[in-house]
Parts: sequence; C-alpha cells; structure tokens
Amino acid sequence: MTRQWKVINNACLQFFGKMNASISHEVKNVLAIINENAGLLEDFTLMVEKGMAIDPERLKAMAGKIRHQVQRADRIIRNMNEFAHSVDETRRKVDLGEVVAFMAALSERLATMKGVALEVTPPSRPIAITTNPFLIENIIWRCLDFAMAVAGPGKTVVLTADSGDQGASIIFSQLKGLSDVSPRLQFPENVENALVELLGAQIVINEGMGEIVLGLPEAIE
Amino acid sequence: MRVLLVDDEEELVATLAERLSFRGIDADWATSGEDALRKVETQTYDLAILDVRIPKMSGLKLKKILERKCPAMKFIFMTGHGSEEDFKTGSAEAGAKYYLVKPIDIEELIKKMNEIIQG
Repeated sequence: MTRQWKVINNACLQFFGKMNASISHEVKNVLAIINENAGLLEDFTLMVEKGMAIDPERLKAMAGKIRHQVQRADRIIRNMNEFAHSVDETRRKVDLGEVVAFMAALSERLATMKGVALEVTPPSRPIAITTNPFLIENIIWRCLDFAMAVAGPGKTVVLTADSGDQGASIIFSQLKGLSDVSPRLQFPENVENALVELLGAQIVINEGMGEIVLGLPEAIE
Repeated sequence: MRVLLVDDEEELVATLAERLSFRGIDADWATSGEDALRKVETQTYDLAILDVRIPKMSGLKLKKILERKCPAMKFIFMTGHGSEEDFKTGSAEAGAKYYLVKPIDIEELIKKMNEIIQG
C-alpha cells in the first residue's frame, strides 16, 4: 500500500458510509410518506364504510403522490447503485460533466441539511477523462463539502466541469466568503492532498474569484 | 391537544397532520425550524413532534429554542435514520421513550403523545 493510500484508506470508508447513510435517510423519508398515504387511504376506507362520501379526485391525487414517491425512491436507489459500482474499477473512462452532475445529485440532501443549494452548469460538450471513479467522487465531495462550509446557509454553490488547454477541471464557484475562511477550515488537508496525488490532480484556491478549481489530467497512470 | 409537527418533508407532515385530525387531535405542521418558530409566535401548542435532522437548524437545536419560548411544551423526536448515533442523541435529549423511527405507526405515536401529555 502506498503512502497516499494509507492516508486515504479510512477517509474512503467514511465517505462511502456518509453517502450511504444519507441515501438510507432519504429512502426512509420516502417510505414514511408512502406509509402515511397508505394510512390515509385506510382512514378514507373506514369513512366510506361509515357512509361518508370521499371525493374521487382526492384518491386520484393520493395515487399520484404515491407514484411520485416511488419514482423518487427509484431515482435514489439508481444513484446508490451507480455509487456502489464506482469501486468496481480503479481506472475507467468517464464523462466529467456526468460525474459532476451525479455527485451534485448524490450530495443534494447533505447540501439541503446545510441550507446550501447546488447548481450544476453542464459543459457544452462531453469531457472524457480516464480516472479512478471512486477517488474522483471522493475528492469532488471533499471540495464540495469545504465549498458549502465557505458559502454558508442560504447560498448557492455552482459546480462547473470545464476543459481547455490546461486539461479538464471542476470549478466550485460563488464562494464569496473564501477570503474570510476561518483558520479552523484548513483546506486542502492530508486526505485531499493524498487524493490529489493519486489522481494526478491539483487544487487551486482562487480567493479573489471566490473559486476552488480542481484540475484533472486527461488520464491517470 | 394541540400538536406541531416539524419535518422538511412537507407531504409527510401534512398527511400525518390530517390523519391526526381525523382522530380528534388538532395538528399543525412546519417544514423548517424557522417556520416552526414563526408558528409558536402566534399559536400555542402542547406538544411538538420534531425530526432530529431538519435543514439549517437541527431538531435538537429547535427543541432548545422552543423550550425557552414555550416552557410548557413537550417533545417527541422522530428520525429517518434509526442509526445508533441518532438514537443516542435523540434518547439523551428526549428520552428513548419519546423517540420514534420512521415510518411511524400512528397508533404508537398517539399512545406516546398521550403518555407524554399525561406526564
């Protein structure tokens, strides 16, 4: 095991656990809503048995709500499945725009809990890079977590995948508080530095622009 | 009995409030800590049922503020996690007896509500 892997080993497990805990929480909420709608349907059935009239439109609306929650759960579980499979290969070609959109979707609940909105600017064309899918998800999350702490509640963090002469990059922007960051919020720290080394990446903090730029190579070795 | 339900899942609290009202319980709901604090400015509740994890302001922090504003108010926590971490936090703050894991059984909830109101 390389020095970098020793540093990130536990952090990778923590990241995997954090995402799964967030996903399970959201699935539980979906189940709770379906449960309440099923209960309400039972209540209506009892009312009908007692001779009360129930508006069929109300029942239609309930069916629609249940269907919406099933679709929501399906979306969450598809994301969970994709996330689980990101550890299958240590080197794979990915579309950076898709990875950024995926991580924003996966982090949405955690962002909501912090009172931060996430906005993804889709790239004008696919940005193909060959990388370690799980490690890139991990470093995106770490950059995003820091960006959300900097932005603070009520603010929006914008994520943009970009490519140019310097290679591919992910920009976390609208971080107006970046120049006033508390010394407690050290970034990047050991784990981020180890991830950056393993991915052949670099993190540039542009205080003036209120941006964190994660530069990525076209292909890892 | 007047109850305030607080959870960021609007559909959950709205439906639960309706079901409680069918059972003779006057239930109101809020989808954020700020919304809950606005409600208690104008209305009185005997009991608040709080999700442990609500955006911006946690359920535990909200409870502390509500306790100061409404000293007579009682509390029940609920969570979607059901994790040991949540359980420990929730039980320490609210007492394990008044702690429910989603999805919630409405009859169990009402039983707990009656227990806590009757002291």
